[in-house]
Amino acid sequence: MSLRIISNFKSQILNSWILGIFFFAAVTCRAQLLDALSDIGAEIGKQTGAISDKEAASIKKAGKALGKTFESITPEQEYYIGRTVGAVIVNKYRPYDNEAENHYLNALGQTLAQFSDKPETFGGYHFLMMDSNEINAFSAPGGLIFISRGMVNCCKNEDALAAVLAHEIGHVEHQHGLQAIKNSRLTTAFTVLATEGAKNFGGSDMAQLTEAFEGSINDITSTMMNSGYSRGCEREADKSAVEIMRNAGYDPNGLVAMLLEMKKQLKPGGLDFAKTHPSPDSRIEDISQWTGNYEPVKMPIKRQARFLKETGRNQ
Amino acid sequence: MKLFLSAFICALLLVFSAWAAESGRMMSVQVKTSPLRETPSFVGKAVSTLSYGDRVEVSATQGVWARVRTSSGTTGWMHNSALTTQRIVLKSGQETAQTRASRDELALAGKGFNSDVEAEFKKSHRNIDFTWIDKMEKIKIPPNEMEAFLKEGGVAPGEGGAR
Repeated sequence: MSLRIISNFKSQILNSWILGIFFFAAVTCRAQLLDALSDIGAEIGKQTGAISDKEAASIKKAGKALGKTFESITPEQEYYIGRTVGAVIVNKYRPYDNEAENHYLNALGQTLAQFSDKPETFGGYHFLMMDSNEINAFSAPGGLIFISRGMVNCCKNEDALAAVLAHEIGHVEHQHGLQAIKNSRLTTAFTVLATEGAKNFGGSDMAQLTEAFEGSINDITSTMMNSGYSRGCEREADKSAVEIMRNAGYDPNGLVAMLLEMKKQLKPGGLDFAKTHPSPDSRIEDISQWTGNYEPVKMPIKRQARFLKETGRNQ
Repeated sequence: MKLFLSAFICALLLVFSAWAAESGRMMSVQVKTSPLRETPSFVGKAVSTLSYGDRVEVSATQGVWARVRTSSGTTGWMHNSALTTQRIVLKSGQETAQTRASRDELALAGKGFNSDVEAEFKKSHRNIDFTWIDKMEKIKIPPNEMEAFLKEGGVAPGEGGAR
């Protein structure tokens, strides 16, 4: 009897191994599987005379394009999407033309980015302050990050400001912007690419690509500015922020300190973070899972003096 | 017991094959420029700078860092976020019959959403100004300034040091 139990146990282990291997293979090969299925389907259709060679080729091509998602966007294309998303943001919010403050923002932000899981993007991380009292911050795909003066005012020390920048780096790292692009745009873009390959684009292809590009920019900016990312995305960005801050040597309690201040300053019904982000309280609740109970940040005198000087508060 | 042993051997083989696949593998630089560093750390001194599409041979990995050799024989460390297994074809003329056979392993530089598409977008959206985008892209903090920034603020990177 006991031998049978052992033998059953063994076969269960074996089964779970086999299942595990199949599951792994299925997950890793999803895209290839879709490609293969469209190839097989097109081939059957062609051989049974149901469709012509040309139609078969087009089915294969569309199948390949459909199998691709935002993950198939190359870092170079992500960079161009990010530049235009950034330009749309700058068009709506006036940049704050202060070289010293923007330099400080970049020294802090670019240093933090080095401690993220994605320190290198095609064009690198760059930060710009916006001359607005709204409490807002945006990150364009590829690493262009914008933060309003209203948001900087929610930060009482460098660790709090580091938290805001690290949260935005988190969105870049997880490509939340690209995930907002509708699949139909990508299907158009990848189909044009599959047809054209290495050749130069003709007029109609360029028009189609530009339309897909405009649509993609619109999907991203309307998500960022109007509807906001999903609660799951915000949680992911907050989790990354905590990790980045810990790796760099900043106190993750800075994130909670910033949210407590934001809670005081946010106006209900406002068009900024009040509209696009989960409430500070619910974010603090999530963050406490990773940071424990909130403890006020202890700030070294030199760091605080630098923060006050560089954000123009000690004049 | 035999089953556990074979499972253990299988696991060992998997680890070994993963390691073997890592070393000696050819990869490409997928960002505009990336420093080749003396040590596996972002504060590691740069021995040279590699450009988009450059091919490197990975000889070892350490966490997120890869030890690579360039085509000119220089060795150093690169962060894995700067590298891809795809071969990057910079100009359409460089795509040979051989490389065309495996397009999924290729990334055609400058294809898809590129500077031409951006130019087309600018034509139909003349009100959207890119001046500040170009300006902010020029702000680059060198590694030694980052190191000094952390030190000056009394910020000590967490366990394991700089990544």
